Amino acid sequence: MSPPDTVPAQPLLQPRLDAGSGFPTLLRKELLRFWKVSFQTIAAPVITALLYLLVFAQVLEGRVMVYGSVAYTAFLIPGLMMMSMLQNAFANPSSSLIQSRITGNLVFMLLPPLSHREIFAAYVLAAIVRGIAVGLCVWLVALFFVPLWPQYPGWIAVFAVLACGTMGVLGLVAGLWSEKFDQLAAFQNFLIMPATFLSGVFYSIHTLPTFWQNVSHWNPIFYTIDGFRYGFFAVSDVSPWRSLMVVAGVFIALSLYALRLLSSGYKLRN
Amino acid sequence: MTAVSLENVSKIYAPRNAGWKKLFGRASEPGFQALDHVSLSIEPGEFFGLLGPNGAGKTSLISILAGLVKATTGRASVCGYDVVADYKQARRALGVVPQELVYDPFFTVRETLRIQSGYFGLRKNDDWIDEILFNLGLADKANSNMRALSGGMKRRVLVAQALVHRPPVIVLDEPTAGVDVDLRRTLWEFISRLNKAGHTIMLTTHYLEEAEALCGRIAMLKNGRIVALDTTEALLARVGGVDLEDAFVRIMHQADAPSSQEITV
Repeated sequence: MSPPDTVPAQPLLQPRLDAGSGFPTLLRKELLRFWKVSFQTIAAPVITALLYLLVFAQVLEGRVMVYGSVAYTAFLIPGLMMMSMLQNAFANPSSSLIQSRITGNLVFMLLPPLSHREIFAAYVLAAIVRGIAVGLCVWLVALFFVPLWPQYPGWIAVFAVLACGTMGVLGLVAGLWSEKFDQLAAFQNFLIMPATFLSGVFYSIHTLPTFWQNVSHWNPIFYTIDGFRYGFFAVSDVSPWRSLMVVAGVFIALSLYALRLLSSGYKLRN
Repeated sequence: MTAVSLENVSKIYAPRNAGWKKLFGRASEPGFQALDHVSLSIEPGEFFGLLGPNGAGKTSLISILAGLVKATTGRASVCGYDVVADYKQARRALGVVPQELVYDPFFTVRETLRIQSGYFGLRKNDDWIDEILFNLGLADKANSNMRALSGGMKRRVLVAQALVHRPPVIVLDEPTAGVDVDLRRTLWEFISRLNKAGHTIMLTTHYLEEAEALCGRIAMLKNGRIVALDTTEALLARVGGVDLEDAFVRIMHQADAPSSQEITV
C-alpha cells in the first residue's frame, strides 16, 4: 500500500441523480420476503383456518342458521377468510420491520433515498397482497366443503383491500414501535387477536346481548368482516355503506399517523 | 465544492424515557453528547482518515452524514447537498459500509446487491454488480445465500452494497475489523483504485498502519471533538513518534491534559 497524493486535485464525481424511485424494489423485496417462506406465510394460516372450519362445521352445521337462511358453515367461511387476511396483513410489515431491526439490516433501507411515502406504500401494498393471497387460498380450500360464491364481488374486493390495508398500516406502526419480539407479540396477543375474535368471525352480533352488541360497534374489525360478508350473502348486521365509512376512516386516520411516524424517523433515525 | 462538509455539528442523544419524564414535569438527565461543534471539510478525491478511540463520536458523525441520525445542531452536506434538506441527492452521493456485520438472511448475494441497487432506482445494473463481485472476490458466491457465507465474505458483501450505486463519496466504518489478510489486501486494492478514479474515501479504523499507508489527511476525534486535523505527514512531523500509532497515543494523551490545545490546521 502506498499513500496517495496528500492534496489531490480531482473533479467532484457526480451522483446519479437521474435514477428512478426505490419504491418498486422495496415492494418487490417485501413480496419476495414472504413468498420465499410461503409454507409459513401462506400455507400455515390456510391450514389453521381449515381446522377452524372443520371443527365448527362438525359441531354446529345443521343446528344454527344465520340471517334466517344462511347455513353456519357458509356463514363462517367469509369470517375465517377475513380473520386470516387481517392477521397476515398485520404480520407482514410488523415481522419484516422487527426482524430487520433486530438483525440490523434495517440500515440498508435507511441509507438509500427512499421517502417516507415510498416506504409506507411498499410495506402496506405488500401487506395487502399477502392478506389477499391468504384469503383467496382459504376460499379455494373452503370450496371443497361449501360451494360459496360471491353475490357482490365489488364489495368483497373493496373490503378485502381496505381491511388488509388497515391492518398493514397497523402492522407498520407496531413494527416501528416494537424494539423487541415480545413487544410485538404483546401487540398481537392483547390487541389484534382479541379484536379479531370478538368481531363476529364466528357469530352474528345480533345473537349477542345488547351490551356486547354495542361494544362490537366500537370495534373497527367488526365492520371489515360484516362488510366483507355482505359481498357473499347480500345481507349483513349493519349497512355495507356504514361499514365502508368506518373502515375507510380508520384506514385514513392510521395512515396519517404512520406517515407522521415515518417522516419524523420515529425509532428509525435516532 | 467540497465532497463532505460539516459545520458546527453537535449531537446530543436524549436519555431513555426523556419524553415520559417531560410529560410528567420531571427534569431528565442532560443526555450524552456524542459530537461537540465539529467542523470539517473533505475535498473531492481525498482519502481521509477519521480516527479516535471507542466512543469518540466517529460512528455518530458518519450516521449524521448518512441520514441515520439527525444532528442536534449544525449542518452537514455531501457533494454540496444538505443531508436533511436535500436528503435524496445527498444519499445518492454517499455509500456507507456499516461497522456491524449485518445482512438479510432471505436473499442470495446477487439478490442482495440487486435489491440495494434497486433502492437507489438502478434496476438494470448487473454489469456493475458483476464488476464489484469480481473485484471483491465474490464472483463464485453470487448465488449463495447470505447465511451460508463466512464472516469475511459477509463483510465483502457489505462493501459491495455500499458501492452498488457508484457513489462519489464512500465511507468505510471499520471495514477490516476481524477480517483476514486476503480480504484486507483485496479491499484496499479495490478502494485505492476507486480513489484514483476520483471517489472520495472516508475511513475509520483502529488499524493505524492502514490509515498511515492510505490516508492523505487525518482527523482525530476524542469525546466528540476534533483534537487533531492535518495531513498524515504533517501530523507525524508535528507530534513526533515513530509512526501514526505513536502519534495517535501522544495526541490522545495531550487531549487529556487540562491545558491541551487543539492540533489543527
